[in-house]
Amino acid sequence: MNGPVGWAGLAVSLLLVAVAAAISWWQHLGLHRQILIAAARALAQLLLVGAALTLVLSPGRSIWWSWLWVAAMLGYASAVARRRAPEVPHLMPLALASFTAAALVTLGVLFGLHVFPLTGRTLVPIAGMMIGNSMTATVLAGRRLTDELRDKRDEVEARLALGQSSRQAATPYVRAALRAALTPQIETTKATGLVFLPGAMTGLILAGAAPLQAVLVQAVIMFLVLAATATTTVVIALGLIRRLFTPDHRLVYLPIPADH
Amino acid sequence: MSDQRAVAFELEQVTVVRAGRRVLDEVTAWIPGAGITVVSGPSGAGKTTLLRLFNRLEVPDEGTVCYRGQPLDELDPLELRRRVGMVFQRPTPFPGTVADNLAVARPQAGAGELSTALERVALDPDLLGQEARTLSGGELQRMCLARTLVTRPETLLLDEPTSALDARAKQVFEATARRLTAQGITIIWVTHDYAQARRVADRIYQLRDGHLTGIPAEEVSP
Repeated sequence: MNGPVGWAGLAVSLLLVAVAAAISWWQHLGLHRQILIAAARALAQLLLVGAALTLVLSPGRSIWWSWLWVAAMLGYASAVARRRAPEVPHLMPLALASFTAAALVTLGVLFGLHVFPLTGRTLVPIAGMMIGNSMTATVLAGRRLTDELRDKRDEVEARLALGQSSRQAATPYVRAALRAALTPQIETTKATGLVFLPGAMTGLILAGAAPLQAVLVQAVIMFLVLAATATTTVVIALGLIRRLFTPDHRLVYLPIPADH
Repeated sequence: MSDQRAVAFELEQVTVVRAGRRVLDEVTAWIPGAGITVVSGPSGAGKTTLLRLFNRLEVPDEGTVCYRGQPLDELDPLELRRRVGMVFQRPTPFPGTVADNLAVARPQAGAGELSTALERVALDPDLLGQEARTLSGGELQRMCLARTLVTRPETLLLDEPTSALDARAKQVFEATARRLTAQGITIIWVTHDYAQARRVADRIYQLRDGHLTGIPAEEVSP
């Protein structure tokens, strides 16, 4: 291994997990088992991904393997989104469509306009950043819109009864959901560099890149994430509207989820 | 029915099943195309469902509903809902002023038209600039009626519109409805208040056990 951390370093860092577990044990939090399992699971997952990435990104390997990787991430992220917000109807296909739309937009700009050279080494991590960050916004937007339409059903139907189309009747709730989903990302973007050093930049600096180089890459990634969250949330919201209203502009029945 | 002015709605073998219960059970009936028709009956009898069928917020499981001779599923639902307005049991103000609320019904409506709509429901046009949510219950319900009038409906569906109002506000609402029918608007009024039914109705129907029957006003039983 030619990075700054070797296997020995990794083993020593397990001491930090021991610190967390010890605090749980000392304070009778009952979390030490969970801490150990979480750490072991994270390590196993990372090693597996590392091994797979080594295969996919090894020199001479076709870039199609990287695209396949991206496709698998899209599918997996859609399944996770659905699991996190089971009350949102049809979320899996909608999330898949929205991640794909965001991928087309963001990867199209970054690689089509040669911000990054298109190689497996750039494609896989950038797509990962994009999908990972969009997932939270997608779940937020889908959940908020479904909640709004269910909780304000009287208001929505009053709008429909005035002859508004389902698209018009849903507009105030779509706006509320998009604002709620995008605001955290905007706040994070504002605070970047002042409050915390984001992951990509930290990683690059630790791996020996010049700080200015790391900053440029990080800035591009922040902008990528902004565009991706905006794209995914708008696709989710407009897609959901088509599913939550019938073609003759009736609001479908939305059951109250069990944990409400 | 050949005379389409005489008939507003015609139901043919209409069945609506909700949660395994036949809320409407093969109902065949017609609702006159003028005056105030009251649909009364015990709560939970399906009166609201019947009204929601009329402007297609719901569709029947079986049978057809016609409006002025045309099956509802052949009419553009948005067009239908402008011709057949609905006022709900609970007032549903939208965020913003009274003028904002009325403008939802017709964004291109001018200030004059909005003032006229308020006057038609006995509200002061000076209220246009006021936050809708600060109105009293009676004013709010009449604002909702005015909002519906802005779409220039031929027929109004009123779903227990006075159930949350005090006696005075109820009286004002009933007088307003009477004036609107005199101006040529057909009203279908759902209520479980039999005294009110007798006060306002030109005709009374009773909905009970999934069946809709026309009855003379004096026979309405609590």
